Amino acid sequence: MLRSWKLWLGVVLLVLLGVSAGIGPLLIDEAATQPLYAAFNKPPSAEFPLGTDDVGRDLLALLVYGLWPTLSIGIIAGTLGTGIGTVLGLISGYFRGPVDVVIRTLSDIVLTIPLLVVLILIASFTRTTTIEGTALIVGLLAWAGPTRTLRAQVLTLRERTFIQMAQLSRLNNFQIIFLELLPNLMPYILAGFIDAIAGGILASVGLQLLGIGPLLIPNMGMTLNSAFAGGAMIRGFWWWWAPPALVLTLLFLATFLITLALDEIANPRLQGTTQ
Amino acid sequence: MTLRYLTFRLVIFALIIWVAASLNFLLPRLVPGDPITAMLNRMEERGGTVNNQEELIAAYRERFGLNSSLGVQYGRYLTSVLRFDFGYSITSFPATVSSIIADSLPWTIGLLTVTTLLAFTIGIVLGALFMWRGTPVLLRLTTWFLIIIAPLPYYLIAILLLFLFGFTLRWFPPTSASLVNQITTFDWQTMLKIVEYSTLPALSILLAAVGSWALGMRAMMITVQGEDYITLARAKGLSERRIMLGYAMRNALLPQVTALGISLATVVSGATLVEVVFLYPGIGRALLTATNNLDYPLIQGITFILVMSVAVGVLLVDLLYPLLDPRITYERR
Repeated sequence: MLRSWKLWLGVVLLVLLGVSAGIGPLLIDEAATQPLYAAFNKPPSAEFPLGTDDVGRDLLALLVYGLWPTLSIGIIAGTLGTGIGTVLGLISGYFRGPVDVVIRTLSDIVLTIPLLVVLILIASFTRTTTIEGTALIVGLLAWAGPTRTLRAQVLTLRERTFIQMAQLSRLNNFQIIFLELLPNLMPYILAGFIDAIAGGILASVGLQLLGIGPLLIPNMGMTLNSAFAGGAMIRGFWWWWAPPALVLTLLFLATFLITLALDEIANPRLQGTTQ
Repeated sequence: MTLRYLTFRLVIFALIIWVAASLNFLLPRLVPGDPITAMLNRMEERGGTVNNQEELIAAYRERFGLNSSLGVQYGRYLTSVLRFDFGYSITSFPATVSSIIADSLPWTIGLLTVTTLLAFTIGIVLGALFMWRGTPVLLRLTTWFLIIIAPLPYYLIAILLLFLFGFTLRWFPPTSASLVNQITTFDWQTMLKIVEYSTLPALSILLAAVGSWALGMRAMMITVQGEDYITLARAKGLSERRIMLGYAMRNALLPQVTALGISLATVVSGATLVEVVFLYPGIGRALLTATNNLDYPLIQGITFILVMSVAVGVLLVDLLYPLLDPRITYERR
């Protein structure tokens, strides 16, 4: 597992982004993220390495200060979605019966409804403008996928001898779920979590391209939105839209590489080369 | 397929429609005041002005019976939604929401059906060629490149293509905004125009989608390679080409076809944001206009249609799939 270059590259990329999000703000004055800080629409220069936007914000400062909010949308939404999904998947798969029918029906419904569409509806009516609010909505809608995957795993695990052994040793259901099942589900939970992080960021940036969501706090989607609204493309101001697009690209690549590696660990045949 | 399964699927379908419609009904009512005045107030807060305001409010109150009890309102709302009656658009009153949706829907369905089928075909061929020894290195590298960009959201690729081909090289028109106005009659020239303006949106969807088809096909090909019938075919001394085309690819294709069905089921909501980037005149652009102007009836109408199209599509796939592959049954245990 530790020899997988995909896993390492993905983790290194994520760590690099996380470290920049942590250290960057220490190096740049936060005032630079405010309007009227500098001259408008300046191309990259020694003073402003990524130029400035149409209201005089330093684009490098926006990028650096925007990293953590962008990551945190993913992390909050991912934790919520995976957390709820894990609990529901465990209950549904382990206890079966009527609870299972209810949970399965609910997750079938949520899986069919396109996430972004509901997000647009809720965000535009509640006028969510905070990072946490957006993350909360995304997270509360993102549990269905993990629920289904984990339920399927629990269904096969619970028939295995070590679970029967645990039941015979009079462990209660609570102990079996947490001590026996949960550790065995960790790779799937982890993969689900990484997936949910990417999904949360993808959805929130999509929301912002439509002009709704957290547009007041610096984050990648906010800069992309203002770049489009300000006609950065037509005016050839590549320094405005390209850096946030690049950061998002790296972020999605990193999460993809990690899930790809986790997939190969779960299904070793996929590692097979072509020859 | 059992009757029980059919009932189960239909119940799920009805529940989805009900959830979507109820969400549409409840959300505007969570804010104080009646929905239509609240919507107009919020628009004015943002500096928007509404023409024919009195008339619009009166039309709304009339249509949705806002003076009656909440229960009656709910009943009326559900019945009008089922008739695809979402009321009037606020920004382009007196145009109705359904007429705006009807105008933009063909554009979206056209673009997405063509690109989905193309992406599927190219993707599975590239994915299968991965397992073929004679595949040139260049083609392998291309496939890897496509697989690597597959996790990127459509809109990021769209932004990149817009910059490269729309503004820097100027090969294609950077926006399709003026497309609708240029269409007067349907002849060859109009068709060419449509193709010209749709190339960049289509290419973004293709580039983003081909990789995941290739990746999925590659995984299935690897799985199929281990099957006994492949070993038997080898032992019989069949040519590699025959094994590849007639045995491996044919069997690896089946799961991909299900995925294609689901993909086709989501054509309407599949690339909303690509349309936003290119201002392509489909349902995504209509949604952008709606969110930019806080045109709530239009937002509600479009989101409902998007949810419904997916629900219908997925239902069709689920019901048709057992006919395609007799091994699939929905019997439990």
